[in-house]
Amino acid sequence: MNRKVVTLALASSLAAAMATAAPAIAQDMDAMEKCYGVAMAGANDCAAGPGTTCAGTSTVDYQGNAWSLVPAGTCEDIELPGGRMGSLAELDRDLP
Amino acid sequence: MTTTSTLPARAGVGLKAEHYGDIVSGWPDMGFFEVHAENYMGEGGAPHRYLEAIVGRYPLSLHGVGLSIGGEGALDKDHLARLKKLIGRYKPASFSEHLAWSTHDTGYLNDLLPLPYTEATLDRVCGHISEVQDALGVRMLLENPSTYVLFEESTIEETEFLARIARRTGCGLLLDVNNVMISAVNHRMDPFAYIDRFPTDLVGEIHLAGYDETTDSAGDRLLIDTHGSAVRPDVFDLFIHTLERTGPQPVLVEWDNNVPAFAELAAEAARVDAALDAVRHKPVAAQ
Amino acid sequence: MSVEGWQARFAGAVLDPEAPVPGGVGCVRGEADPLRFAVYRNNVHAGLVSALLAGFPAVARVVGEAFFSSMARAYVAQAKPRSPVMMFYGEDFSDFIAEFPPAAGLPYLPDLARLEYLCTQSYHAADAAVLDMRALAEIGEADLAETVLRLHPAARLLASPYAVGSIWSVQRGGQGRKVAADRRETVLITRPRAEVRLTVVPEQDVAFIEALNAGATLGTAAEAALAADGRFDFGRALAGLCALGAFRGKDGA
Repeated sequence: MNRKVVTLALASSLAAAMATAAPAIAQDMDAMEKCYGVAMAGANDCAAGPGTTCAGTSTVDYQGNAWSLVPAGTCEDIELPGGRMGSLAELDRDLP
Repeated sequence: MTTTSTLPARAGVGLKAEHYGDIVSGWPDMGFFEVHAENYMGEGGAPHRYLEAIVGRYPLSLHGVGLSIGGEGALDKDHLARLKKLIGRYKPASFSEHLAWSTHDTGYLNDLLPLPYTEATLDRVCGHISEVQDALGVRMLLENPSTYVLFEESTIEETEFLARIARRTGCGLLLDVNNVMISAVNHRMDPFAYIDRFPTDLVGEIHLAGYDETTDSAGDRLLIDTHGSAVRPDVFDLFIHTLERTGPQPVLVEWDNNVPAFAELAAEAARVDAALDAVRHKPVAAQ
Repeated sequence: MSVEGWQARFAGAVLDPEAPVPGGVGCVRGEADPLRFAVYRNNVHAGLVSALLAGFPAVARVVGEAFFSSMARAYVAQAKPRSPVMMFYGEDFSDFIAEFPPAAGLPYLPDLARLEYLCTQSYHAADAAVLDMRALAEIGEADLAETVLRLHPAARLLASPYAVGSIWSVQRGGQGRKVAADRRETVLITRPRAEVRLTVVPEQDVAFIEALNAGATLGTAAEAALAADGRFDFGRALAGLCALGAFRGKDGA
């Protein structure tokens, strides 16, 4: 394509787009409009975390071999090809 | 080198991201805010935007959780540089860290781990604190830890350990009254006697928080430092006893887990401010 | 007992759940108490798991919190943070998920984790002015084709063979609507003010934004986009990207 033609085409295309309100264009871009929220919680703390305190679960919590076979999450709402939903499998080895 | 702390002798609270909106929309009356330094070590974005606005209106206490001052290894120079940058940018009224360690050869362990109190560890901690103060150009406050175990090799009592560090390095002390209660119960000590032994003349800030309670293998009470509730009544009583010895101090209410609505946190701070007012009208007890 | 000994022993026992309480560590009764030591061990691991949970909330929602915790613990066991700055922990969590057999049934999961990590990066990225529409309009007609627009420091791009943007959106929004995962999506992350924002790039604009991301001039990028998809509309794409805050403007402007 001739470079000059491209330049003109680009400029007129942009001018046409600018004539439309910018926010409308952004909307038009299939925007999901899901903002991240105002703030992510800070990741560094100086206290024992929740779930770390019960003596009965202190060691169990770490070893954690109790895998959830029936997903408690939302993965069944996400379809994979062939109408599968995808599933989580039991770990066939112990955690290190 | 600047003075240890210029925080006001008022109640402050830990600044939680959950509360950014409440704070900047209402500018509540608050003595100061404290942040964990590591949560502001990103380059930009919302955390800095909010902190910038808040620092314009309130004194700031910068509280590090990752320097590993109590560790055997050399301090992380990159981390010191990040702290220096933060201090340069926000000019906090106080910088504090913990008598604990978190970094080892294997990496960062994300907890405040305990150390034995010996002449050797005392030398090491003093070396680290001097290095921190030289690198950052500020005098720091060192916080007493909460602990669940004891080291057989320890030969120095904790309050003496802290006092000797402070006298040798010129640092001040951050007295966490909740930590005192936790360690005292966990190690069957009298928390009031601990406060009475504490070098209260070196205190530059007090921390308060909530603990959780469980039992150990022998069925003995074991308190855990969770910062997940209001200050427990026994800790508040110990705090009043402490104030009678230290006089009015900057007092932080820490609430890091199960973070409540800002109003509830502010109510805890108001309770602390009332206690500070009460002690202002009383003479300080003899040391 | 060497001075170096106590910390190495303590760290080793914290990291190994099978290890006994390290020598020299007792309690007020004198003897070692495994439950007391377990508070430290548990706190280290649970703290790292909760850092991952904070950084990957959509992944956690997809698999459920129990599965997520187990997967995170397996990751934590082999990937200790190297830095005390926890906000960036989990850099290779997505790669770990890709190799994690129990999650193999959800092939989109690694890219969903990648997307969340890019959001974290964007959230904390350096501040810079955003190129606004006025500045865009000021670029001369003759210069347009040769102009290189730099992406904003908080902008990130992820191309996935799966509909990760839609999956992310549904997880964040909490609606129970079904998503077909097997559709490719390119997601643009921008931070026009302090808020991180995700946009699924229209198919016909993908080659354009990818070329710009690689440093191409507007003219070269437009040619690449037109060659890839005849529906490409230069002005609409550029103005749209500009409105999303994709480009870096002149600082101080």
